[in-house]
Amino acid sequence: MTRYFSEDHEWIEVEGDLGTVGITDYAQGQLGDITFVEVPAEGASVSKGDSVSVVDSVKAASDVYTPVSGTIAAVNEALADQPELVNTEAETGGWLFRVTLSDAAELGTLMDEAAYKSYVDSL
Amino acid sequence: MSEYPVSDDDLVEEIVTLTLPLDAWHREKGSRMVEFAGYWMPVQYEGIMAEHLWTRESAGLFDVSHMGQVYISSEHGVTAEVEAAVEAALPIDLGTLKLGAPRYSLLLDEDGGILDDLMVTRWATGFYLVVNGATKWDDIGTLRELLPDDVTLNHLDESALLALQGPKAFAALERHVEGDTPLSELKFMKGAAFKLGGVDAWISRSGYTGEDGFEIAIPGESAAMVADLLCGEPEVKPIGLGARDSLRLEAGLPLYGHDLSPETSVIDADLKFAVNKRRRTEGGFPGSDRVLKDFAEGTARKRIGLIVEGRMAAREGAKVFSGNQEVGVVTSGGFSPSLQQPIAMAYVDIALTAEGTALTIEMRGKKLDGKVVSMPFVPHRYHR
Repeated sequence: MTRYFSEDHEWIEVEGDLGTVGITDYAQGQLGDITFVEVPAEGASVSKGDSVSVVDSVKAASDVYTPVSGTIAAVNEALADQPELVNTEAETGGWLFRVTLSDAAELGTLMDEAAYKSYVDSL
Repeated sequence: MSEYPVSDDDLVEEIVTLTLPLDAWHREKGSRMVEFAGYWMPVQYEGIMAEHLWTRESAGLFDVSHMGQVYISSEHGVTAEVEAAVEAALPIDLGTLKLGAPRYSLLLDEDGGILDDLMVTRWATGFYLVVNGATKWDDIGTLRELLPDDVTLNHLDESALLALQGPKAFAALERHVEGDTPLSELKFMKGAAFKLGGVDAWISRSGYTGEDGFEIAIPGESAAMVADLLCGEPEVKPIGLGARDSLRLEAGLPLYGHDLSPETSVIDADLKFAVNKRRRTEGGFPGSDRVLKDFAEGTARKRIGLIVEGRMAAREGAKVFSGNQEVGVVTSGGFSPSLQQPIAMAYVDIALTAEGTALTIEMRGKKLDGKVVSMPFVPHRYHR
């Protein structure tokens, strides 16, 4: 399993052709208390960079962009009742959706954990 | 060395974000700072939800020093001429304004559009106004134009403004104030001079959260000392602008620039009380023709409260529908920490403003079910 990060603060953990996507702990900290998560429809076909999910905080709504292209394979049903999981477990239990990758080469455009960390430090 | 001509168009005005007296204090307390109304302001400390709920159950200290504090006076004190000048500028009846009592008023343009909402307090020697931060420079210009030359307008820009809000605000503040009147004698919408931590403070029992609480004007150089003093009390935590917004929304209080603007006026904004009774017949203030006409004939739309089903918040700018008919627009909306559901303010067609009216709100292509409710969303708990 390998984890990649985007400049828009999404993480994706890839196993085979299946990626699990969420927002990073840094991102949830910036957004504050999350009150609602709109997840994509299962089976939807998405392209890298599409806004596929929305995370609502007390303050504002923020788009979540899929870091890869593919088909939505699953969504995190627990978020319907516990959107705060995105705050408390951003990079584990607060995942948003799973996507079946259509082009694994897109992963090459993403950062690894060390690169993401220095990216965040530079902000 | 090269020289080249520079036209006016090439001169880019550098806009510098200003700092307020408590800037370093907020940063030391771990606040996240954002630019707001031209200043660095604290948006949150531990989190909007926690800060909001803390204010509702205990007491929160807000720094609102970005707001404009303005003093209107004359060489000869508060003469009939000064009163007439203030009444010509605002729809207020100064004959009923008691010493020390702040009153809500509106700065209107010639068409009755709202330029700002503000508080006016009668001091022994003049009138003390608190206006919104983002509009204060325009307000000062507008007021200077409206007031005659021998009426002086001073911007009290060295004064800081704090708000201590919540059911335990009184207990915390009382430990530190001394004055001719005991703090307990200040009822809602009354004010008086006190010593707070040894410095001169103008304190009124008022605020923007719907809770009991106080607004405190102190010299900027004493702001950190006073903030430390108050936050040293177990009931008090510093609260950011984020929770200030969610608290005022639950309290049904409009926010200038969002729920109020030059495109809205007194009656559609549901602020009749801001035009004092005598002025509703006499007029004689900017925009009074329009305002008096609206009083007589009503308006096509009105500001109302909406409770929204589900958890997705309806946000500012969202369109409001009755069936397939677009009937209004959301001007403020968010998730209510106290009610744990989304709430919003909207302007809608007057025929659809009755409590219980079912409306839908369009958000990101979805129609959210909403219902008109009376405001405040969370009951006020003022100390009357």
